[in-house]
Amino acid sequence: MAETKRIPILETKKLGITFGGLVAVSDFNIQIYPGELVGLIGPNGAGKTTVFNLLTGVYKPTEGSVLLNGEVLNGKKTHQFVNAGIARTFQNIRLFRQMTVLENVLAAFTKDISYNMFDALFRTPKFWKTEKALHEKALDLLSIFHLEDKADSIASSLPYGQQRKLEITRALATNMKLLLLDEPAAGMNPTETAELLECINSIRNRFGIAILLIEHDMSLVMNICERIQVIDYGVTIAEGLPEEIAKNPKVIAAYLGE
Amino acid sequence: MIKNRTAQGYLLNTLVIAALIVGFAILKNTFGKAGDFKLIFAPSIWQCCYLIILAASLNLTLGFLGQLSLGHCGFMAIGAYAAALLSLAAERAGIYEDKKGAAFILVLTGCILIAGILAAIVGLLVGVPALRLKGDYLAIITLGFGMIIVNIINNLPFAGQEGLALGSASSSLYKNGLGFGTTLKVTYIWVAIAVTLISLAMMFMFVRSKYGRAIRAIRDDEIAASASGINTSYYKVFTFAYSAFFAGVAGALYACANATLSTSSFAFANGGILNSTFVVVMVVLGGMGSLTGSVVAALIMFFVNYQIKNGVWVRALPVWLQNVFNFPMLVYAVILIIVIMFRPKGIFGTYELSLRNFISDIKHSRQLQLEQKQAKEEVRSNG
Repeated sequence: MAETKRIPILETKKLGITFGGLVAVSDFNIQIYPGELVGLIGPNGAGKTTVFNLLTGVYKPTEGSVLLNGEVLNGKKTHQFVNAGIARTFQNIRLFRQMTVLENVLAAFTKDISYNMFDALFRTPKFWKTEKALHEKALDLLSIFHLEDKADSIASSLPYGQQRKLEITRALATNMKLLLLDEPAAGMNPTETAELLECINSIRNRFGIAILLIEHDMSLVMNICERIQVIDYGVTIAEGLPEEIAKNPKVIAAYLGE
Repeated sequence: MIKNRTAQGYLLNTLVIAALIVGFAILKNTFGKAGDFKLIFAPSIWQCCYLIILAASLNLTLGFLGQLSLGHCGFMAIGAYAAALLSLAAERAGIYEDKKGAAFILVLTGCILIAGILAAIVGLLVGVPALRLKGDYLAIITLGFGMIIVNIINNLPFAGQEGLALGSASSSLYKNGLGFGTTLKVTYIWVAIAVTLISLAMMFMFVRSKYGRAIRAIRDDEIAASASGINTSYYKVFTFAYSAFFAGVAGALYACANATLSTSSFAFANGGILNSTFVVVMVVLGGMGSLTGSVVAALIMFFVNYQIKNGVWVRALPVWLQNVFNFPMLVYAVILIIVIMFRPKGIFGTYELSLRNFISDIKHSRQLQLEQKQAKEEVRSNG
């Protein structure tokens, strides 16, 4: 077991992207091991979200590669990244606004549904069986964040905090191995943040997934992340344990200026 | 649980449809001999049927997938011409003599199916490149494709610019091939109704499955949809082709209901009822994302169109208004503007009329309105 634990679930090698002449991210290396919670921090405009976009196939890297369980994912499309096992949430919440809470989660099951057009048109037993099973699974997932009562509400009618939670639930529904959270606590008050922290821990324990987290809320990052990587101007300036990062002069300089 | 409620719904819908058909048959037998049914009602029902299929099928792309396509009548033209030419070929091959009997029904079914499939194939070919674009750009390119299709048909030697009536294929659809006269329209009225019901059912089944969920997810947020593992380009092209299939079926019904076929009736902006803008108006009026809304809107627009052209009251209006009515496009534009101003989501919004839930839905919306009112009053009293 000790041996298998050393194989990183996600690995990037010299990952980089340039937009025209602008180097947004360069030489980005990260290893995430199963079950780990890694934080990615940096000042505004440091390239954190660009890294996320590279890790989910929204941008195609101009150099380097992304490996998930040893499989190279370069050049694949976003949904293929998701199929491989990387799911994400967005900095500005992106829900299916006109669909119900339940449908939001069900939509994320789409890639795992095996019935075809024939089953859908003639409502075969297979169709009903699949739909019923998925309904139950979706309600089960919603209950993690206590959203099961809201299953039939329209997603855009939920309060902000619950929309965040629904977005995480939807990401969980893709059955991924690595979850990328882009500023999950943005716009939340301390109580909501504490609640979110609890939820993140509980989903980690329940699903045994690895999480990569972008966050500005330092107390949250320092509290729950096992390792932290700091980037500034697209370059990694420090990585290590939270205590080390907090004392690192380069990090302090990047955040506060010299 | 789910299944039982659904079974209830199916049963209720089937019963109501059966009751409607029985009622209709009684009406037909009572008034069937009078000229009114033969000359006005039967052709009207044919027209309503293809308009309903057309509006509902465009709603799949426009309302559920959220992609504006202005070339829908192009697919309908393909269906119409495919069905007409096929039936002519079948008649010349001697498969059927007169428009009766099992052989003709078989040819008719085949024509409708092949018309749909052909339109779907063209939809696929158009969709693959076109759906890389979004919004206005997609609208322009589909508009272009619609015109290209019509132009190609125009220049086909066996279809001809003058339409099938004067083209080289046949002297008249009326006498050969599909293209029912008034008597045949009454005889085969069940074909129109059955095809419409089956098409609507197929669209409902599509929308209420993983396909419907996936395309509504794409409509709401394409980036989030692909980040949830949905293969967006696959579902977009598939839906586009599926919607084109029903446009083709509607075209086949159109070919049945008309004595002549002419490409000008499918052109983008003709004065008649069949142009892509008119279809868009129907979908927007009914509510983007509501198939039942499209059905209702198709009936309303048919009625408006019929009244403008044939209504007795029109003659009582001032002359300038009568002249405006000579350009129905103006009237549709005004309708569209009024809908967008006062009810931007259309008559139904995304609500689906459901017989099973009708009463409880009304109660629910009443309650919502009451709650909103109370909330407003509270704010006012606090302020």
